[in-house]
This record gives sequence, C-alpha cells and structure tokens, in this order.
Amino acid sequence: MTVTESPATPKADKAKELVRVHLRIKRYDPETDTRPRWQEFEVEMSPGDRVLDALHLVKWTQDGTLTFRRSCAHGVCGSDAMVINGENKLACINLIKNIGTDLTIEPIRGLEVIKDLVVDMEPFFAQHRSVMPYLIAHDDPGYKERLQTQEDRDRFDDTTKCILCACCTTSCPIYWANSEYVGPAAIVSAHRFIFDSRDDGAQERLDILNQKSGVFRCKTSFNCTEACPRGIKVTQAIEEVKRAILYDRV
Amino acid sequence: MNVHYHSYDAVVVGAGGAGLRAAIELAGEARTAVLTKLYPTRSHTGAAQGGMCAALANVEEDYWEWHAFDTVKGGDYLGDQDAIDIMCREAIDAVIDLEHFGLPFSRTPQGRIDQRRFGGHTRNHGEAPVRRSCYAADRTGHMILHTLYQRCLAKEVNFFNEFQVFDVLFEGEGANRRAAGVVAYEMATGDLHVFVSKGVLFATGGYGKMFKISSNAHTLTGDGPGVLFKAGIPMEDLEFYQFHPTGIYGFGILLSEAARGEGGILRNSDGERFMERVAPTVKDLAPRDMVSRAIHAEIKAGRGAGPKSDYVYLDLTHLPPEQIDSKLPDITDFVRTYLGIEPKKDPIPIQPTAHYAMGGIPTNVEGEVIVDDQNTVLPGLYAAGECACVSVHGANRLGTNSLLDIVVFGRRGGKAMAEYVKNVGHPDVPKGAEAKVRERIEQLKAGTGSEKVGEIRTTLQESMTLDASVVRTNESLTDARKTVEELKAQYANIKIDDKGEVFNYDLTEAMELGHLLDLAHGLVVGAQARTESRGAHWRDDYPTRDDQNWMKHTLAHLEQDGSIRLSYKQVVAGNYQPMERKY
Ligand SMILES: Cc1cc2nc3c(=O)[nH]c(=O)nc-3n(C[C@H](O)[C@H](O)[C@H](O)COP(=O)(O)OP(=O)(O)OC[C@H]3O[C@@H](n4cnc5c(N)ncnc54)[C@H](O)[C@@H]3O)c2cc1C
Ligand code: FES
Repeated sequence: MTVTESPATPKADKAKELVRVHLRIKRYDPETDTRPRWQEFEVEMSPGDRVLDALHLVKWTQDGTLTFRRSCAHGVCGSDAMVINGENKLACINLIKNIGTDLTIEPIRGLEVIKDLVVDMEPFFAQHRSVMPYLIAHDDPGYKERLQTQEDRDRFDDTTKCILCACCTTSCPIYWANSEYVGPAAIVSAHRFIFDSRDDGAQERLDILNQKSGVFRCKTSFNCTEACPRGIKVTQAIEEVKRAILYDRV
Repeated sequence: MNVHYHSYDAVVVGAGGAGLRAAIELAGEARTAVLTKLYPTRSHTGAAQGGMCAALANVEEDYWEWHAFDTVKGGDYLGDQDAIDIMCREAIDAVIDLEHFGLPFSRTPQGRIDQRRFGGHTRNHGEAPVRRSCYAADRTGHMILHTLYQRCLAKEVNFFNEFQVFDVLFEGEGANRRAAGVVAYEMATGDLHVFVSKGVLFATGGYGKMFKISSNAHTLTGDGPGVLFKAGIPMEDLEFYQFHPTGIYGFGILLSEAARGEGGILRNSDGERFMERVAPTVKDLAPRDMVSRAIHAEIKAGRGAGPKSDYVYLDLTHLPPEQIDSKLPDITDFVRTYLGIEPKKDPIPIQPTAHYAMGGIPTNVEGEVIVDDQNTVLPGLYAAGECACVSVHGANRLGTNSLLDIVVFGRRGGKAMAEYVKNVGHPDVPKGAEAKVRERIEQLKAGTGSEKVGEIRTTLQESMTLDASVVRTNESLTDARKTVEELKAQYANIKIDDKGEVFNYDLTEAMELGHLLDLAHGLVVGAQARTESRGAHWRDDYPTRDDQNWMKHTLAHLEQDGSIRLSYKQVVAGNYQPMERKY
C-alpha cells in the first residue's frame, strides 16, 4: 500500500464547506394542535453530516420542542425511521451530500402519530410478538452447544439482521389499508426461526402466518425490500414463508 | 402531573444485555418489572460488533486461566482477581447458555461455535494471539441483544418501555438504608410512576456522551450511576475511561477490533505499520490503551494523515474480498456510508474514540452495590453491565470482555436479587416519595433560567475530548476541571423550550446532562489525583505505573455542595503478580 496522498477526503475541514439545509417538517403536538402542521427551518452544516444531525441542530439551537426518537446514530438500533423526501429511511444513515439540502420530513405511516415524528410503536411490536419470535427447541442439548453447519447457519442469516425499525412494515400499502395485517417485519422475524435448523416451532408459526391477517395478504409490491435499511431481501423472505406453507416444506 | 403507584418484588432498570440477562433469571422467580427508557432492542448492546471471549477451545488449545491472566494484565493489575476468575470461568457456560437461547453464532466447518483473535487475548500467558472470541459476523451485540430479548418474550417478562428512571428510593437513613424502589417518568404521558420494590438492579449502560468523539449512543448518559451518585453512593474508578483506537474519522463510529483480528493493519501517513515498533509480538492486536496512545504519538510526531495530519489508517485492502464480506460486512458498510470510500480498495481514516467506562457503580461479584472501602453492601441494591464496576476490567478493558461481563454478571445479579427478595419484607415508602422529582420537573418547566442544554453539553464534550482523554497532564486536567465546574454552575440555571407532557425529550435531555456533568466531574478529579499512568489513564507528567502508591481503586463521593471527595479501596490480589506490561 502507498499512502502518499490522502485517498479520501473525510469531513475534511468542517468550517470551510458548510451548506445551508432547508427542512420542512410535519409537526403535531397533541397538547396544542388539532391537526398536523408544516414548519420550516434552515440550518448550516457540513455536507458529510447526517439528516439526524440536521434534526439535532434544529432541536438544540432553534426549537427544543421538535420531537423524534434516536439513539445509536449509525443505523443499528432502529429508532429513527421516518419519511424523508417521500421514502422511509433512517435519519442517521443518510448524509446531506447524498440526499440533498432540501428535506421534507414526516412520521412513518400506518402507525398513529403521538407527537411530531414519534409514532405509537406498540401495535408494531405486538405484531412482532404474535409470531413467537424466540427459539422453540424440544431437544436437550445438555451442557454442550448445539451443532449447526455453516450452510444451515447461512440459511437464515439475512433475516437475523432485522433491527425492528418498521421501515418495511410502514412502507407497505396493504398495511396502510389494513393494520390487522401482521406486516413484513413480523414475517421476517418468523422467517429467522422457521429456517433455523435448531428450531422446532416452524409449524406453529406457519399456522399463525396462514391466518387471514397473515402472509397471504402480501401482494408482492416490493416496497418493503426497497425500504429496508439493512438490505434484507424482505420480499424473498415472505415468498419463502408462503412456499413453506403451501408445500409444507421448510 | 399524574402519579401512579406500583408494587413489585424486583425492578430492573435498563434492558440492554445486562438488564435482560438479569430479567431472565428473575422471571418466574419474583414479581419483576423491567423499566427502560428505550425499547429493549434499541439498547446500545446492539451496537457491539466483534465478539465475546470464552476459552471454549473450539479451534485451538485454550484455558480459562489464560483468559484470566490476559484480563488481569490487560487491566494493568487494577482488576479484582476474584471477580476476574469468576468471569473467565463462567464465560464458557455463558456462551453455551446463549447458544441454547438461540443465538446464531458463526460456525466452524465442523458446525461448532467459531472463534477468532482479539486484542490482548493470548495463548499461554502472552506467547501469541489466540482464537478466543465467539462471534456472529460483526454483529455479535445485535445478536446477543435480540436473543436475550426473545428469551424475555418467551418468559413473558413485564416491560415498561420508554419509562425513564429519575430517582431511587430507600427505606431508612444513613448506614441503615435499604433499596425500596425507583421513581420513573413515562415518556408517552409525562406521568410519574413510583415503583416500590424490595430489590432494584441498575443496568443503564455507559456514559460515553460526555465526550465529543464517541462510539456511544446519544442515550448513553450514565443515568444509573448519576442517580446513585446523587444519592450518596460513591463511584469507583471513574478516571479509567477507554478510548478505542479505531473510530471512523470525524464521526467516532466504531470499527471493531475484529477488523485487526481478521488481519487489518494500522498505518501512518508514510504507510508504515507503526504497531510493529510499539508491540513487536502482538503488533496491531495490542490492547486498546496502547494502540490509542501509539496513534496519538504518531499524530504528535507529524506522521498523521489528512489535511490536518490528525488521523491514521486502518488498512484492509490486502484481505480477500470474500473474507471482508463474510466477517466484516457491517463495519465496512459504515465506512461506505459515512466516508464514501471502498474499504476493499482504500485504507480507512480512523482516530481514537471514547468507548467504554471501566468505572461505575461499585459492586461485589453477586452484583450487590457496595458503598465504602470496607465493601459494605447496601441491601437490595444491585448493578450490572457497563454502569457497574465489579471490577473485572481494571484500568483497561480487553475487547470482547464487556459482552461477557454483561451476561455473566447480569445473570449473577439477577439470581442474587431473586434470592434476596424471597427473604425480606416489603419496604415502607411514604406517600409523596416522588416529590423531589416532581419539583425538579416543575422547576425546569417554569423556566426562569437562560442556559441551553445543547450548549452546555457541547462545551462539556469538547473539553473532555481535548483535556481528559487518551493523554492527560495536570495542566489539561486543571482546565477540564475548571470547565466542568463552571458548566455545573451554569446547569443550575438552564431553561428548556418544551413545557409539554407528552414525549418531552427536551426535559429528559436536561436530566441526562446533569448525570454527565457529575460523572465528568468525578472523572477529572480522580484523574488529577492519580499521579501515575496505568491502563487507559495516561499522565504525560507521570508516565509510569506506581504500584507502591496507586495499586488501589478510587472511590469518588459527590458531596452535598456539589464537590467531589476521594477515598480509596484495595485491589483484590490473586494468582498473578504485577509485572511490566509488554506485548
Ligand atoms: C460500538 C460498540 C461496539 C462494541 N463492541 C463490543 C464487542 O465487540 N465486545 C464487547 O465485549 N463489548 C463491546 N462493546 C461494549 C459493550 O457493547 C457494552 O459495554 C455493553 O453492551 C453494555 O451493555 P449494558 O447492558 O450494560 O448497557 P446498554 O446495552 O447500553 O443498555 C442500557 C439500557 O439502560 C436503559 N436505560 C438507561 N438509562 C435509563 C433510565 N434512566 N431509565 C430507564 N432505563 C434506562 C436503556 O434503555 C438501555 O436499555 C461495544 C460498545 C460499542 C459502543
Ligand atoms: S439512531 Fe439508531 S438506527 Fe438511527
């Protein structure tokens, strides 16, 4: 390797290259508003910064009442799903230089808005719980680890990546129309166990997903796959679950 | 402001790895409530990448005693060896337990749990790096957090999500206190909840948000330690704060040591592999404190890269692309996302990032909180995880030993508390126990002040990163102390914008800042007093370890007037005598 010159220009000199970012945010305060309203803000920041940093700048320097969830700030905790310029995204993994300086930000759809960008996540987590998202194993492995081949481990690798951010479920037109539908995220969670060679609960989960609010509601619109910030092939996982039900095969 | 009362046997505060592991032990044994300010799966345990060490010997010869030796040495002989022995011995069961709970570990070709190298972990007392870290690609923490949460769902654990604990309750006074519950703030309504309970276990995680460049989540603000500090419980070894060598330049986002475990190399602006000079045997896999200081030295000597010569490179370009994709998928994605470069082709700009608190709430090996240098236990009060100090990490934690710590001591704490609550009566808590918290909230909302939370926090973070991080001197610590003390005075006069009840993060951030300030205060005062260099605490003006005077734990006490008083506590000795720390 030769590193005579800097190959990258990471956030080089912050002060030198600030840009003006314009935010249009859909706001709602249940204690004062009767319906949502739009509010606009301008902030100055580095193009290498995140959309989340823009929201923080507003909150910390202009209007402390602006309300949104966040924690890790690098796309692993799933707190900050929101609709950014029309698409479901995590605010913390989208940089201004990629997404632009004009931002329209709204809460995710299909879950009730509580305040500004904060929605009621409880129905979403209840759907997650409904598919029995935990290992069900009837064997007694004793004091040893269970063995699992690398191929068997790879079989469900993709769906272990889910961070329960709800980007997929709240981008699904079927879910918007019918909140009884268990939704893509819960199916992903079920898939993670159905295809785990150590698990004995596949049939119970498939029975749950075969019900009328289950997996056959899905009309394969692919919104979920596009929305997933973890790059999980959500539609494919749903198809695999459908096939497992139809052909009785895991 | 409505107030609700609840009665439980056990309350767990925090639902990261430590809190969830404790809850699994308590479920079915005691009436338990788990209170968490974040949905459990949002906890920062989910951000851990590299792995969790245990001497399973699945891929090469290994013994828990070797693991214990490495932990003692890595901690620069400040760790308590009784606790370290327990952790390293129970590590093996802890990993097997997680596998049984369903954790999808990466596997060997024989189908066993795979293991890889990690900084400071060696075979036979330092001979060469050993494969000891059990992992699931580079998302081990995510898998641990989700697996434990899943287990809790199966066990129908009772969660109170988005309940932020603001205060702890006791029965009795002074030396006769016993834990009696907590006061929590419900985000969705702004209501207060008084949880009266026989046992309380704090598992609130770290406090890395007192630094500007940090791998920690915005929510890691030291709430548990902060609340207890204010309640007269001393904090142990706050000055030992770990800076991880490889944070993404400018962001501080972590690139796991697994990158070097897989063969990644650190290089300065000349392309030189400088760790060869510093640690000839283990090179890039030296412990974190040493690597961070080596980077600092390279930069200081003018061998840093970039327009400001203030970073070095982590080079993965020589690794097979398939290995990068299968073993380091997430962290290489972070590099693409935040720096816009391809780590298979370009070396990655990195700088040390504030990462892990070795110090915290003093506990014994059962997770019981101790309140003085005599190891006196405060009945009913427990702590586990990063917020606690057992102390297994001593002056410097080895990579992969925290995920281990949280499951081993989360389990022990949960078990011990389940036992304790069976044998004691329900505490007496007078009506109006929430008065102090209510007054504080009303005072903040009445808003007579003028200082902004965001500004105070930024100044604190900048000052701590500049003056109290990888390399410290009396002068820099004097500056930091002055800044923190001024900020504490300003904090008394803050104002918040949001006066509402529902999801008032403006209010919770103000409360969190109070904890950060108190803990930063304890950190700088402890660091200034400690006139030696040990582990992560490096004093340029006292560059050697001084076992004669300083082989002891610091206990910082927050006094009524807001000042810090220090006392000291003995280190528990064991099999390994202090020796020079060379790698
Ligand atoms: C990026 C990164 C990578 C890491 N990689 C590794 C690794 O590879 N190996 C390793 O061993 N260690 C690693 N670590 C360290 C390790 O992950 C952490 O130390 C550990 O996960 C902490 O777990 P915890 O349960 O103590 O706290 P956390 O997981 O941080 O959980 C804290 C919990 O407390 C709750 N809480 C906080 N305050 C309150 C309050 N006031 N009221 C109610 N609830 C509250 C939160 O909601 C949360 O549930 C890493 C750390 C980071 C930051
Ligand atoms: S803040 Fe954690 S995913 Fe964005």
